[in-house]
Amino acid sequence: MDSGTASASRRVTSEAVGTSLPRVDGIAKVTGRARYLDDLDAVGAWHGVTVRSTIPHGILDGLDRDPAFDWTDIVVVTAADIPGQNVITLIELDQPALVPVGGTIRHVDEAIALVAAPTRARAFAAARAITARVTPLVPVLSIEDALTGPIQLHGADNVFKRFAIRKGHATDGEIEAALAASAHVIDSVYRTSPQEQMYIEPQAMMAEWREGACHVTGSMQCPYYVHKAMKPLLDLHAEDVIISQTVTGGGFGGKEEYPSMIAAHAALLAKVAQRPVKIVYDRDEDIAATTKRHPALIRHRLGLDALGNPTVIDVDVVMDGGAYATLSAVVLSRGVLHAAGPYKCPVVRIVGRVVATNHPPHGAFRGFGAPQTTFAYERQIEKAARLMGADPLAYRRRHALRAGDTTATSQVLGYSVATDEVLDAIEQCAGTPPVRDGVNASGAPVKRGRGVCFYFHGAGFTGSGEQRLAGRATVALAAGGRFEVRASSTDIGQGAITIFTQLAADGLGVDASRIDVIDPNTARVPDSGPTVASRTCMVVGGLVEAGAKLIAARIRAWAESVGRAGSIEDLADDAFGALGPIAETTQYTPPPGIAWDDATYTGAAYPVFGWAACLVDVAVDLDTYEVAIERCVQAVDVGKAINPAIVKGQIEGGTLQALGWAVLENVVYKNGKVANATMTNCIVPTFADAPELETIIVEVPYPFGPHGAKGVGEIPMDGPAAAVANAVALALGVEFDELPISPEVVAQRLGGQS
Amino acid sequence: MPKLTLRVNRQTHTIDCSASTLLVEALREQLRLTGTHVGCDTSQCGACTVHVDGASVKSCTMLAVEAEGAEITTIEGLADGDKLHPMQAAFQEHHGLQCGFCTPGMVMSAVDLCKRVKAPSEPEVRTWLEGNLCRCTGYHNIVKAVMAGADGMNGGKP
Repeated sequence: MDSGTASASRRVTSEAVGTSLPRVDGIAKVTGRARYLDDLDAVGAWHGVTVRSTIPHGILDGLDRDPAFDWTDIVVVTAADIPGQNVITLIELDQPALVPVGGTIRHVDEAIALVAAPTRARAFAAARAITARVTPLVPVLSIEDALTGPIQLHGADNVFKRFAIRKGHATDGEIEAALAASAHVIDSVYRTSPQEQMYIEPQAMMAEWREGACHVTGSMQCPYYVHKAMKPLLDLHAEDVIISQTVTGGGFGGKEEYPSMIAAHAALLAKVAQRPVKIVYDRDEDIAATTKRHPALIRHRLGLDALGNPTVIDVDVVMDGGAYATLSAVVLSRGVLHAAGPYKCPVVRIVGRVVATNHPPHGAFRGFGAPQTTFAYERQIEKAARLMGADPLAYRRRHALRAGDTTATSQVLGYSVATDEVLDAIEQCAGTPPVRDGVNASGAPVKRGRGVCFYFHGAGFTGSGEQRLAGRATVALAAGGRFEVRASSTDIGQGAITIFTQLAADGLGVDASRIDVIDPNTARVPDSGPTVASRTCMVVGGLVEAGAKLIAARIRAWAESVGRAGSIEDLADDAFGALGPIAETTQYTPPPGIAWDDATYTGAAYPVFGWAACLVDVAVDLDTYEVAIERCVQAVDVGKAINPAIVKGQIEGGTLQALGWAVLENVVYKNGKVANATMTNCIVPTFADAPELETIIVEVPYPFGPHGAKGVGEIPMDGPAAAVANAVALALGVEFDELPISPEVVAQRLGGQS
Repeated sequence: MPKLTLRVNRQTHTIDCSASTLLVEALREQLRLTGTHVGCDTSQCGACTVHVDGASVKSCTMLAVEAEGAEITTIEGLADGDKLHPMQAAFQEHHGLQCGFCTPGMVMSAVDLCKRVKAPSEPEVRTWLEGNLCRCTGYHNIVKAVMAGADGMNGGKP
């Protein structure tokens, strides 16, 4: 049986896995037939709108309704209407669904009441007719204020969470001694800006109550996160909360935790209104109120010996968590775990803190803390290479981790380390660097420069996270010779449905057209864990492949018992008749030899890392100070590209988000409020801003991933910003240690010289 | 409410419509042509792009009454029955989409470009589509898809 399965999977491998199968959801999307939440017909549905705070910090003394407004067809919901606990359950239980009267407002645009009406216009009008009476309190609006100011928002020190990673030393004194003994110390402070996910479909959710059960459907990454949050809020049993995902127009982390908030609001309104209620955010509301990438302040000290070998790395990371804990602890964790970079160094200290402020909560965004710390360490390595007069790629190659080396957490890298493969790929296509002085296409004088970057990204949940999650997925035999994949992993554009189709097809030994990946719905799919952390293909895809092989084995065993021969495709329909809808649910088990200690933050932080290198050529316009990306090459090790076109698409999309973060994206807070909450001024790259992206897929297989695959979603976001800063530094001869490197910043730093 | 006659996807519809109803609202809410998407409220994203007398228009920038008498085509009217328009087929084949939310507007804009310029160059594609935002793809595959779609619209000849 084993050899039969293996040969079947070899046969079909050439048919599905490794091919660029067109997206399973593509036809519906190119014809406009795909239904996003706001496209759904819901008979009698009302529209919900959120009433929000206008101050960053204060006490909500009361809510006044304008007596001149006609309230006849309006439903108003306040915290007093919440049947269960007024909390959005996540890691901490600190964030209310609605600020109660008498409670504390902790950020601008925090939800304080809800309204629903038969039309959106009526609902907006009603929301405007509610005024909050407040007693303002002094807000905390920066990391520095949180650390040293007099206002305490959280505990005694405003620190939501702290981590310390130590390698090669026991006391802080040893770090100072190691720095003092180094021939050179590069000591720099880096700042990165908040970044908006800017999925093109705004957040959207609809709720309806039927026979005591609450049904919520909408745009989301993690149906079971929403499910977990609804139970205590609505005081319902698990089976009375049914969460389903609609076609989702992008997420990038922005639809990881925040949808629980909108689901809560829709559910509360629907309960009181006794009809379906739909909440679709306006773009300005979405930018103003939902989570962003954490801004970070990072001091990085890198000690070198006389030959340029790193002797000590000391990093202090502080992130602005915003008003509530949300996912900040986990974001910080990933940030610190990547902060030393993929480099050999005997002595490492990394200290991380995420602090409470009165900004809207920062949260998940592709890369999840790693882009911030990657920016810092890759600027440091660049400065080290330059100080030593070394070629930047050669310097990185000399000091990079290889199999057998240990990371900052003392994890010994056993396999699937692609350092040389990605650096070779970049070196081979690098070509001649641009000449520094020149003109651009419009004839303006420019300074050109080339920057490189080398980085890694842990795939899957951190430490023992995957074991705790124990994600499950099901493959089942269905009628008509078809097969179902049931998983809570959502397709948010990244291609999950298509990848699962390919893995299931090859696991079963059938054509991809026989596979149906069913829509995520908590009543019908097991909890596969959230759609985050570059884990969907590597972890859940592995479960799908395993389940498919088990179903194929059961069909073969049946065939053998009744003396039938033929392929699984030939047998499937009769097998269904004989066996019924047999299903196999598999659960994640970690690879052997993976041990992590949460108390000391040592051990295998991730089962495996992806590896990448990037090369960027920039031209800085000396008239407008714009940084144009003229070339961007990224080589990314993904273990195995299950669908090369989809993998390249992931890399290209992540790369442009990183380039945008580097030179033009920013979220500007003024007195705690997002000052640029429209697409007009909260800009993201357009076609004209984007260079032609050169993407090289490197495949160094992960022995425990499906066909060798590991994560790809996040790694392309990590490195390009540092490569841009390194290039601009060479072009202009000025260091840029803050993001974004916008024209305003360049003008300021050049101080009028040009 | 006043009545308005709109000609959409080769059919004539009479709808209730106020003077301030946007074309995108009429299409989505009255005619339930939900393939035309709304991604912003400031005419930045281009997800609502349709054709008005063959020219691409962001339907959030036009009042429905302004479109009276015009031939409007939405993404739903682009394919010939089950046969995809060459531009739709090119987006599907070249992975010119991920989440798909920008795709209808992107396809409608691209079709207009390729009617004006038979074989657009890569810079021409990038310049023409600058008013359509995509956050998933890095634009790379969309450019490839549009150039392939242009070939397809020319009967397969580049």
